[in-house]
Amino acid sequence: MIAAILIILSITALIGLILGYASIKLKTDGDPIIDRIDKILPQTQCGQCGYPGCKPYATAIANGEADINQCPPGGDDGVHKLADLLGVEYKPLNAEHGETKPKSIAIIDESTCIGCTLCIQACPVDAIIGAAKQMHTIVEKECTGCELCLPPCPVDCIDMVEIPETTDNWKWKYPIHSIKQQN
Amino acid sequence: MELTDKIFKFFGGIKPNGHKAISTINPIKRLPIPKKLIIPVRQHVGKVPNIKVSVGDKVLKGQILAEPIANISAATHSSSSGTVVAIESNKIPHPSGLPDICIAIETDGKDEWIKRNRIDPSNLSSEALYEKMKSSGIVGLGGATFPTHIKLNSNKIKTLIVNAAECEPYITCDDMAMQEKTKEFIEGIQITMDILKIPHAIIGIEDNKPKAIEKLKTVLNKSKNISIKVVPTVYPSGDEKRLIYLMLGLKISKEKRPVDFGIQVFNVATLISIGRFFYHSEPVISRIVTVTGALKRPNNYEALIGTPIQELIKDAGGKSDQEIIMGGPMMGFKLPHTDVSVTKAMNCLLAITDEMKSKDTFEMPCIRCTKCVEVCPAQLQPQELYWHAKSKQFEKLTEDYKLFDCIECGCCSYVCPSNIPLVQYYRYAKSEIRDQLKSSEVADIARERNEFRLYRLEREKKERAERNAQRRAQTSDSDKKKLIEEKKAAIAEAMKRIEEKEK
Repeated sequence: MIAAILIILSITALIGLILGYASIKLKTDGDPIIDRIDKILPQTQCGQCGYPGCKPYATAIANGEADINQCPPGGDDGVHKLADLLGVEYKPLNAEHGETKPKSIAIIDESTCIGCTLCIQACPVDAIIGAAKQMHTIVEKECTGCELCLPPCPVDCIDMVEIPETTDNWKWKYPIHSIKQQN
Repeated sequence: MELTDKIFKFFGGIKPNGHKAISTINPIKRLPIPKKLIIPVRQHVGKVPNIKVSVGDKVLKGQILAEPIANISAATHSSSSGTVVAIESNKIPHPSGLPDICIAIETDGKDEWIKRNRIDPSNLSSEALYEKMKSSGIVGLGGATFPTHIKLNSNKIKTLIVNAAECEPYITCDDMAMQEKTKEFIEGIQITMDILKIPHAIIGIEDNKPKAIEKLKTVLNKSKNISIKVVPTVYPSGDEKRLIYLMLGLKISKEKRPVDFGIQVFNVATLISIGRFFYHSEPVISRIVTVTGALKRPNNYEALIGTPIQELIKDAGGKSDQEIIMGGPMMGFKLPHTDVSVTKAMNCLLAITDEMKSKDTFEMPCIRCTKCVEVCPAQLQPQELYWHAKSKQFEKLTEDYKLFDCIECGCCSYVCPSNIPLVQYYRYAKSEIRDQLKSSEVADIARERNEFRLYRLEREKKERAERNAQRRAQTSDSDKKKLIEEKKAAIAEAMKRIEEKEK
């Protein structure tokens, strides 16, 4: 009887110790699910979802505050991936948040730019270079095409230019074969 | 590596009808210089070279039109003498049908060369040799068009393998080149051996080219340095890794390249170009193209780069509206436009035959017969690759089914009783996966930059607060009083001015 109690006690004490140790040693910083959602989001940082960036939107999805169909740049594929990750039903993109556009980048018409720095402050990825009263320019490589620089520009000198299809970024298409009856 | 007579048969492969005889009846033909040459600036894998000429310039044969800007890049030369009449976007032979920058040259018919000197590689330092090779415009002429100077810039090579298998049906350009340009071919091998500082080279050739084999054997009679190994005709024996296995019994996994085992593989046409470059200082301005298929007079042509392909097709007895495949029937692609010009990658122009058309028209469901598994030389599960590519489950494709081990040889499509264009599904899946990888890299950079920006804003806010606090702390109480009184006085003065104005 006593032996049994002792054995059970010692087992529970041991397991308790292991669990306690693990909770300290293997503690993860941040919520892994937020990072996994964030990984799927396109990082455009455009705010079309109603949150001030991809990470805040990911946090909102993880907390159940936001739906998975609010990211137009992520497109239908993105919604599918989020649905797969979270184990929820797929739903089409919510049109309220805008529609998926072809990937574009912002181009500043440098002759019209007055150097007001407003776009620099708006850019979520610091992709615009310039100083007060100096012409600004966009680092094409870093531009996510979020369009956040468009509204603040007082002289409308920023245009969104679609990235053209070239032999470099061209992709093989999904094979479509007409099912023809043999004569 | 010890060379044995043994042939190591690789797994899978097929034995399609070669259709090679039709284009080997007549010798290699040369056409008169075309009136206009359209030369695409980039005809290789890698960076677009820098254009060195402008519209109106007179150019000579062999003159550099565009210079490589990076290591993985190659030069482009003028194939004849004449005047540059346009530098603009033009149709190129590419599966997308998208245009690219081309240089149009109106030829003057004189075919006048630039000054040429024989280059002796033994007098050059390895750096000078590398730079020299970079300006030669030589790329893998088997069709892969990888810049050759990179492949030659290695001191770890012990074995040179000459890929003369030419396993694709219909294509005979290497066969004919070996028969007619035997001397140049051997010179090319010699000089490549000198550059790589290796004593031995092995020519791997399929047994369906008896004439070429005989010719090579007579020429190489006394040579101990260059040996010939005849391999059985099984498609795709011309695949680099398959050929190495056939000849040496060495299996090279997906992650490794032949270079890691001290082996470098060159195609016949590439070696001839290397020889020509060093002996005659001739850059790549022409290549041998097999023009075959549903034509009246199939033949091999030594065509200047930039020659409109219609001139070749017309000479071979074809019509201008014929559908043309660039490359062979197994790995080639249908040209979206047939008004393009000859490029370095163009080893074959194949006019589509009725037999091919009938196979192309209908696709039936996969019945899981696994015939494709039996022939896949990469030992993959083509039917699984197909299912997952069709349903766009890309993660499974790369992780479980090793899609990127696929060499796109087309054996699976060839044997498929349901006529499924399997390779097209794999190409689609591969380019989607590559695109996703690229986008996720771009997204990672954007995320990092956004996070840094948020951190920077936070830091600036903190610094500002700190500065203000410091200023506040530095000013003593009496100073503060003085400041406040000064401000009060200023306000009082302003009020006074307003009152005076109102009066």
